Amino acid sequence: MPNLARLATGSYHLLQGNEAIARGALEAGVQYCAAYPGTPSTEILTNFAAVAKEAGIYAEWSANEKVATEAALSAAYAGLRSISSMKNAGLNVAMDTLQHINLATLGDQRGAMLVVVADDPQSHASGDEEDTRWVAQMANAPLLEPASFQEAYEMTKYLFDLSEEFQIFCWLRDYTRLAHARGRVQVGEYKKASRKAKFDRTKMYTPYIAPPKHAILVEKMAKIRERFEESPFNTYEGPDSPELLIVCCGSGAPCSRDAIEELQLGKKVGILKLGTLWPFPSRLVVSHIRKVKRVLIVEEVDPYVETHSKAAVADARLTEAPEILGRGSGHMSYVGENSPDKVIAALCQIFGLKYQARDPEYQAKLDEIASKMVINRGLIWCAGCPHRASFYALSNAIKRDGRNAVVTSDIGCYTMDAFPDGTQLTNTLHCMGGGLGEACGFGQLKQFGFEQPVIGICGDSTFYHASITPLVNAIYNKADMLAIILDNSITAMTGFQPHAGTGRTATQDPTTIVSAEDLCRTLGCRVEVIDPFDTKATTARMLELLKDEDGVRVLILRRACELLRMRQERRHPYNVWVDAEKCKGDKCNFCYRILQCPGVGYDKSSGKAKILAALCAECGLCADLCPHKAIAKEERA
Amino acid sequence: MMAISADPLNLIICGVGGQGNILLSGMVGSAYIKKGGFATIGETFGAAQRGGAVFSSVRVSQKREYGPLMPEGKAHLIIGLEPLETLRMLQKYGNPGTVCVSNEYPVVPAGVSANRDSYPDLDELKGAISALTKKTWFLDATGIALELGAPIAMNIVMIGAVLGTGQLTLSEDDIKAELQASLPPDRLELNYEALARGMKTVA
Repeated sequence: MPNLARLATGSYHLLQGNEAIARGALEAGVQYCAAYPGTPSTEILTNFAAVAKEAGIYAEWSANEKVATEAALSAAYAGLRSISSMKNAGLNVAMDTLQHINLATLGDQRGAMLVVVADDPQSHASGDEEDTRWVAQMANAPLLEPASFQEAYEMTKYLFDLSEEFQIFCWLRDYTRLAHARGRVQVGEYKKASRKAKFDRTKMYTPYIAPPKHAILVEKMAKIRERFEESPFNTYEGPDSPELLIVCCGSGAPCSRDAIEELQLGKKVGILKLGTLWPFPSRLVVSHIRKVKRVLIVEEVDPYVETHSKAAVADARLTEAPEILGRGSGHMSYVGENSPDKVIAALCQIFGLKYQARDPEYQAKLDEIASKMVINRGLIWCAGCPHRASFYALSNAIKRDGRNAVVTSDIGCYTMDAFPDGTQLTNTLHCMGGGLGEACGFGQLKQFGFEQPVIGICGDSTFYHASITPLVNAIYNKADMLAIILDNSITAMTGFQPHAGTGRTATQDPTTIVSAEDLCRTLGCRVEVIDPFDTKATTARMLELLKDEDGVRVLILRRACELLRMRQERRHPYNVWVDAEKCKGDKCNFCYRILQCPGVGYDKSSGKAKILAALCAECGLCADLCPHKAIAKEERA
Repeated sequence: MMAISADPLNLIICGVGGQGNILLSGMVGSAYIKKGGFATIGETFGAAQRGGAVFSSVRVSQKREYGPLMPEGKAHLIIGLEPLETLRMLQKYGNPGTVCVSNEYPVVPAGVSANRDSYPDLDELKGAISALTKKTWFLDATGIALELGAPIAMNIVMIGAVLGTGQLTLSEDDIKAELQASLPPDRLELNYEALARGMKTVA
């Protein structure tokens, strides 16, 4: 990770999209940065936190995206430049606040606020492919989408200025193939920001009463639309009179260039690349569209540009309206991310071309040889992961309880339980905090004849993020449920960010530990805390808590993430080995197939289990659980 | 002046989470940018910290910036940190002209440890890779790194081997400069040695 406060003016760097955004914000004078971790947006705040002290800025991991957005808003009210960054799912949490801001304005202290939302087409690390561009339109926020790393940096700077000028927050759309990709960026001058925060006590900022404020906002958006009609972020490249016009944005631009180059269609196809997506530059789009007979829209994920382009053409009442191809026509898919091959396929369909990625003979050879050998790499918890022990205990407890307990879960490393290689105890899985929220509902169904016990699961970071409110709801409404907090003492899945329970801030300063057990006890629940590696005790406690049908019970299974523990302690706790005489190999297969630890595998030559030295964390879990006591562990000196 | 064997040069670096794939692609991309070119890197990793397949695509050009994803079947060079992953990438990006430098040390998937899947026979796997490439250099980069007492330096042994084959127009000094920029000083000697060992292995 480069130090973004120390890149020399005018120099070129290989920067991740998220780093380009963070550098742009630093150059623009950002002073207040808040976010909750979420792939692929996390590194924006990570980079601010890394330079916070030397840059004299404030950076925090907020409890959730709504709080982050509200905190950034206050900094803008006080005249500072602020940023709130989040993933697509995080936007849904922050929506209530975002929907109000531009009606209320950012106030009169000349502050500015940028919201960066990182979408995840193809759901590489998300539960859905939500296209958040529609929401910018809904919230009346000017929206730009970068098509390159340099643009990500430049648009960030531009949007801070636009925000300050119009006293409204602005929106940058980030996405996986920008956020988690790297490319060349030439940076400008960075100077430490030095604005002082202040607020005029006599002023009030609120959307109430909305209609007149809405009218002012509509006027602002009309002015911004005029700017966007002329914006240098919208560019045309290609022949003067193309046979086909591609209108694209974001990753659609490089994918379209690749497709044109592969098919050698440079003399026939032009590209109108849009950077300003809301307000939509309708006149500009129509001025290009009217020159051609056919248009192909390349964007991800929903037909956003497509819908607006069709509306713009309808409004322009063209006598010979061109054909607009894309999702509606079936040339592009409603599903998944852009790729050069998807655009190649669409262009082949339009121009009646045949294209083969490689020669047929080679393809046949590939199909014959490679497809037989290539096997998948499933996703499963790391060796030493506390969740493996927790779900093993849970599986035993549910079996022994015998009443078909329902398990509602949420988002974290334990989500892998629901994947094909997980234990698949999870029954419902949606979003942060959803495990406890859904447990509230199942926990109220007794009067309708529902007799199964209910287990709601959250993690430590999701407890603070969105699980406290459903817990309050469960207690208030007397839901019958067991809440399990799988506490691995870090936000692990996004790369080890601290949270309210860790005693450290984003900038590594010590702080108060907000104790989950104290909080739950204060709310009036029975709370038990246990190390899940003590699997016998964990199973027994789960069984007891399942049978204790007295309102809400909370079980905290606390053990640090193994990767975090290893970083801190740098040593394995035990020496672990297989006693080949006792091991029953595939007749048992408990350690490598049931426990599914990547640190132990089946050894074909001996027909026994084998510790895989490169992967084993020597945590000792398999030694504790082996039914034949065939795995030994010995504490390291 | 920067020279590349094709423009754009399409390079794939593939392996398993934790093998140092991202560091390698970053060094290659950054080295070409220092020479005044364009380099774009796409990373596909999902929840790769947990043993999944990981690959980076690196696209280098003198004329313009390319996107992070290359069209299928268009890889010029595949650097495989794990042999099964090398074959997986050939399936998607290989063509008769593709050249490969591959580690031959397998990392078995969870399904193999669980005795549900079987990992291909290593000789057959190497044979398949050779049959599907114009030329492939195999080396036991993990073994070499283990000899150096630092299994984590396997990726540096691999980039050394790539330099040794002459398939990438970067010099040993270019990569050393990148190592200096990304590693603490007390790790440099070891990594220089890993680089040299890799170069010697294929020379």
